[in-house]
Parts: sequence; structure tokens; C-alpha cells
Amino acid sequence: MNATAFIVIAIITIAGALAAATLPKLIHAALSLVIVFVGIAAYFFLLGAEFVGLVQVFVYVGAVAVLILFTILLTRRDIVSERGINWGGVIVALAVFGGLLWIILNTTSLAVLAPQFEPLTVKQIGESLMTDYVWPLQCVGLVLTVALIGALILVMEEKIER
Amino acid sequence: MSQSLDQIFVSAKQWILSLLSGTPDWVTTIVSILINISALLGVFLTIFALISVLERKILGRMQNRYGPNRVGPFGLFQPVADGIKMLIKEDVVPARADKVVHFLAPILVAATAILTLGVIPYGRNMTPFAIDGGILFFFAVGSTTELAVFMAGWGSNNKFSMLGAMRAIAQMVSYELPLIVTTLPVVMVAGALSPDAIIAAQDGYSFGIVPHWFVTTPWGAAAFILFFVSGLVESNRTPFDVPEGESEIVAGHMTEYSGFKYATFFLAEYFGMFAISGLAVTLFLGGWHAPIAVLQFIPSYIWFFLKLSALLFVYIWIRGTLPRTRVDQIMNFAWKFMLPMAFTCIIAAAVWHYQGRGLAGWLWSLAVITIVYLTLSLLLETKKKFAPRTYRFVE
Repeated sequence: MNATAFIVIAIITIAGALAAATLPKLIHAALSLVIVFVGIAAYFFLLGAEFVGLVQVFVYVGAVAVLILFTILLTRRDIVSERGINWGGVIVALAVFGGLLWIILNTTSLAVLAPQFEPLTVKQIGESLMTDYVWPLQCVGLVLTVALIGALILVMEEKIER
Repeated sequence: MSQSLDQIFVSAKQWILSLLSGTPDWVTTIVSILINISALLGVFLTIFALISVLERKILGRMQNRYGPNRVGPFGLFQPVADGIKMLIKEDVVPARADKVVHFLAPILVAATAILTLGVIPYGRNMTPFAIDGGILFFFAVGSTTELAVFMAGWGSNNKFSMLGAMRAIAQMVSYELPLIVTTLPVVMVAGALSPDAIIAAQDGYSFGIVPHWFVTTPWGAAAFILFFVSGLVESNRTPFDVPEGESEIVAGHMTEYSGFKYATFFLAEYFGMFAISGLAVTLFLGGWHAPIAVLQFIPSYIWFFLKLSALLFVYIWIRGTLPRTRVDQIMNFAWKFMLPMAFTCIIAAAVWHYQGRGLAGWLWSLAVITIVYLTLSLLLETKKKFAPRTYRFVE
């Protein structure tokens, strides 16, 4: 059952990724990227990482995808223009893929069967975030607040002198 | 007797599953899921049909006219007539539209609306899709609606559609923040993200008449109102229906949709409304708990749907009462009032919790909310501070 689900999700995710890389219209590519995001979330669900899967949908589909779409819409004039194949990008992608594959195949831990973990509950994640990792959490919060204020200052209307 | 009546649907499902006892596990799983889905769809499609005619009748009564009263007794078969009309209409797709995106948008919008309905507990042991992070699931799936609206707006290749989609996404993104932040105090106090645990935390009564619902605490009441207003915006209802403002941009992102696709959008809007009201009932109004201890013999699902209908009535009531707001008013309200108040709710809930959840905590949290509310009202006094609105692009 899990193997079937894995293969089905893999096919859908890879198809989405290929579409995102090849479709001529940028908006179509961005929408195909959403399929990839959902596919990755599905993987997290399959692995029992419910919380991470939900956050993946929440952040990437709900926020990042909309951000990408609006960025394309508001900055490009030629949304429909034909995109040729970027051979440099292909080479870099193949190099990264090959490198990752080499590292993964050379890992010794692959040979050993992973120990069975109890799936983490949301409560456990919250507790460790609020106790052991409270400083990193606060730092992230601070960074995000600074980013928010910075964004507000950037778009603030400048007073026109008359 | 009341016990068995309360669990009648659960027992019915168990009975159907017991018929399949000889089959492998996965058959039972799939049948169980299918039963949940069909029950969910059946119930909510019925409610959708009823509410579409009741809304028109109630609105008619509020505006001193008759609503639909021709088809069937009291016009109750109006939805059937509407459905047939929608089904046999021609499906027009604009020639310059992006066919695939245009086609997928209504499907996505309806799918997300139906998925969000799945995590709400409709009665004791009656959650169709019980997962640990149910609340998170609700918002994660709900945020996909923005994408669907964008697809509808962009795929139609129409200026009105695009403008409507822009407006819809702007207000949905802005109000998602207060919506989620007002959920946080409840999650904090209940100590869980699953709707069932949140409802369990609201069990019990003081003196047998005051239920321990979160809405009975000051922070809960404030958060409930904020949540409800954000819910109004999220479901694009009056007074926040600028995305489809009929007098300005035809029908917003739904301009280029006709026939059954338009009906799908309409259905998704109402399903979204049911979902957000159902979540409000779950979070603040005690879910399926009875309002007073004596009435606990009435089955839990009846209480849930009574509360849901009460909230839906308020939706219709507001629609019949308030005029449409402007886009800038909606945005100002979100960032300058809703968000600070939502954060205040978190602080008030913390105060309430650390004062021992008793009367002292009740009064302290009331004090926190009142002080912040009064300060905000003073700061946001619009009459003094803001000059007349200037139109930068329309002279």
C-alpha cells in the first residue's frame, strides 16, 4: 500500500516538476510548481510527519505559491513569451542530482534498516519548541518582524511636498 | 435511550462496516471513508439547498417583500428549479481564456471547501476526518482557496475577473492573519490542535446553567467576534463582498463563468461559510455540547446544527443590514484594529489562565481587553485624523 502510494505520488510530483520547468507560460509553470509542493506534503504525510506536511501545504501552497504568482504577474510584461531550454541550468541540475545520488548511495546508514519511530504529535513539537528551542524560535520571530517592518517601510507612501 | 439516539449515526456506520467483516482491511477502510464522505456531502448539499432558498426568503422579509414562494410549498422547491436552470445553461468559455486553468479553478475551489468541512466534529464521535492537527489542516487547506481564486481570475483573461481576484486575494491574505491569531488563544488554553480535544476542553457547567464554552470568557467573546468578522471576509460575504461587487466589477473572478461552473463557485462560497461557522462553533461555542446541563439528553449533533444555523442566520442578517465597505476601509480595519485586538486576545487568555481560570482571571482578562479596545478606539478616531480620501488614479 505504502509502496503504491509512494510511486503514485512520485509520478505526480515529478510530472509537476517537469511541467514547471518546461511549460511556455510562466503562470502555468508556477501553478505546476504547486503540484510539486502538494506532492512533497503528501510525502510528509506518508512518513507520518503530519505537522510538517500541513505546514508545507500552509506555507508553500497558501503563501509562497501566491507570492510567486503575484511576482510574475506584477513584474513581467511578457508573461506569455516562449522560454528556450536553459542548457546551463540543465547542466547544473544534472550535477546537483548526480552529486546527491552519489552521496545517498555512499551512505552506510542506507544499508541498515531505520529504527521505527513513534510519529511525533503536534503537542511534542510545541513543547520542544517552547522549552529547548525557545531561543532559536525567538530569533526567527525577531527576524520575521524586522522583515515585516522593512517591507512596510519599502511600500510606505512618501509624502509628496507641495 | 438518549445515549443510543446520540450515537445512532455512529452505530449505523458500525453496522454497515460489520457487514463487511469477512473482507480484507483495506476494503473496510475504503468503505468507511466513503461512508464519511457521502454523509458529509449529503448533509451539506441539503443544507446548501435549504439555505439558498431560506436566505432569499429571510432577506425578502427584511426588505419588506416576499421571497421566492412559487415553487412547491412556501417556495421550498426553489433550489430544485435553480439547479435545473444551472444545469441546462450553456457553458460559455471565453475564446481568449486559458481553457485548462479556467476549467480547473471551480473544481479546486469546491474541493478545498469540502475538505475543510471534514475536520469539524458534528457530534460525539462524529468527526469525518479526525487528525491530530485538525485546526492546522483547516487553515492549510483553506489557504488554497486563494490559489483557486487567482486561477479563476487569471484564467478568464478578463479585466474584471483579474481585478476581482486581486481584491479577493488581498482581503483573504489580510484577514487570514486575524483569523488564525484569534484561534491561538483557544489552542493555547485547550493545549491541543485537534477539534475533538478543543471541544472536550469546553465540557462542564458552572451551577448547571453557565456552560464552560470559551465564548463565556472575555477573551473568548472578543476572539469569537473577531473570528466571526474574519470569517465574513474569508467567505466574501456582505459587508466585505468587494471581490464580487456587482455594481463595480460585474461578479469579480466569477464574471466569465456560466451555468454549472458558476453554480460550483456559489456552492463553494456557501460551503466555505458552513466550514468557517462550524469552526467558530467548535472553537468558541462548545461544539456539540448542550448550553445547559439539563438539556444534555438531546443528541449532540442536534446542538451542533442548531448552533450552526444560528450563526448562518447571523450571516444572512448582516447581509440584509449592512452596506458594502470600501477596499481601503477593509484593509485599514484588518491591520489597524483586527490584528492588535487579536493579539490582545492571546494576552488576555494568558492572564485568564494564570489567574487560575476563576472569577479573578475573568475580570482581569476583561480589564485587558477593555483597556486595549478603548486605546485603539481613541487612536483610530477617524473623524479627526484622516483627511478626506484622495483618489490618486481617478481624477
